[in-house]
Amino acid sequence: MDDARGHARWVRLSHWIGAASLLVLAVTGVVILMAHPRLYWGDIGNDLTPALLELPISRNHQHAGWDTPRPFFAKPNGPVSASRTFDIFNQNGWGRSLHFLAAWCLVLPGALYLLGGLTGGHFRSHIWPGALELAPRVVWRHVVDHLRLRIPPATGGPRYNVLQKAAYSWVVFVAAPLMVLTGLAMSPAVGAAYGWLPRLFGGYQSARTIHFFTFVALGLFVLVHLAMVVASGFRRQMRAMTVGGVR
Amino acid sequence: MKTTSLITRRRAIVAGLASIGGLVAARLPRDLPPSYGNLLRMGDTLTYAAHRTLLPAQSLVREYGVSDLTSFPATGTTNPAVSVTSALGEEYRTLQAGAFADWRLSVEGRVARPQSFSLAELKQFPSRTQITRHTCEEGWTAIGQWTGVPLSRVLDAVGIMPTARFVVLHSVDDWVDSLDLIDALHPQTILAYGMNGADLPIAHGAPVRLRLERQIGYKSMKYVRRLVVADEFDDGGTSGSIRNGWAWYTGI
Repeated sequence: MDDARGHARWVRLSHWIGAASLLVLAVTGVVILMAHPRLYWGDIGNDLTPALLELPISRNHQHAGWDTPRPFFAKPNGPVSASRTFDIFNQNGWGRSLHFLAAWCLVLPGALYLLGGLTGGHFRSHIWPGALELAPRVVWRHVVDHLRLRIPPATGGPRYNVLQKAAYSWVVFVAAPLMVLTGLAMSPAVGAAYGWLPRLFGGYQSARTIHFFTFVALGLFVLVHLAMVVASGFRRQMRAMTVGGVR
Repeated sequence: MKTTSLITRRRAIVAGLASIGGLVAARLPRDLPPSYGNLLRMGDTLTYAAHRTLLPAQSLVREYGVSDLTSFPATGTTNPAVSVTSALGEEYRTLQAGAFADWRLSVEGRVARPQSFSLAELKQFPSRTQITRHTCEEGWTAIGQWTGVPLSRVLDAVGIMPTARFVVLHSVDDWVDSLDLIDALHPQTILAYGMNGADLPIAHGAPVRLRLERQIGYKSMKYVRRLVVADEFDDGGTSGSIRNGWAWYTGI
């Protein structure tokens, strides 16, 4: 756990398992979204109800392949049924199963990582920002330095500045749990067992929409993370996170 | 320096994980679907095993009110009389012309009294009406009101053998799927002949479709024509979900 020794082996292992799983989750997540590139708020949303957002990411985008809607009831503006006449893009047969397989690969080692980080002091000493670091002057200095692209050289180990700590804390303690919970909220079996979970997010479609925007935020994190790895010394950083050690 | 402590943190964690593993293994279903060495299907099996061991077996899905009913897309097969070119399609056309008066649901396999039920006979069973959310694998949802006979009532009537473990369903559009008995005997698993207070429309699976509320929409088979109670897992061959690249268990 000595700072000068670089990343611990279990941290390096967790990092790459997480990175590989996230990549697969991102690709399959987009494949799944392409089957129905519409987002909604609340519990219910489909092609016959208004969308919050329609993404132009497959031939399914605003396809008009529906026959004439038939009302279920005599009253006006009531619910309708329509049959789909359009051959949609749908690769969810493998997309969904691979997404869930990658989720297992992230969640099981991720739980061990959380356990190790909490009990071994890794989070307290390296990830969670301390009170002194959160002083506005310190935070401001780091923000200005980063904006001027004055990036300190790689330490090759867990000695992070307050902005790094804030970003890593957000990933570990906010984004990852939110992805797991919104994902589980979309499961009909889990929703039956724990009805409070979909309710917590305002319904199935809200959970799906939050799942998507958290993915977007995680994608931005990865882009900045990769840029900073390059800016601070790519070879040294990669060596530290793979074979380990500082030199 | 050597640690002399009998219970180290590492040992405590390993022992804890091992006990959780033991508890899970004790509740594992006896029959898991085959994965054919396919990594994706192994992941599906892991999800199935996790749901069956960790989730309560008889939890009910949320039921909504009449004012919650929403518009409901019809997807997949929406009219077998047009799209099914086999003899089954021909037969469906004839049945449809006669308002399904001659339609029969055959219930066979590992049962004491194999029978076939007409629509009128199914309607003589005590019925169940439920307003539930349909969750499609594509990502959309819709709320519908379903009226039908609980599958458990039909299975009681034919008397399933003690060795039975699965119910295999066959549809007019040549799809074969199966349920384990936890799902088949679940109180919200019904053979629905009514939707939103009227007869089940052709587009939604007339005359009878399955409603399986704790799984994704495609498990709620439309145009059901035959049930086979089985001791062993039946993947449905080329008409089944696994051979067509889809998960068998879709509680997620």
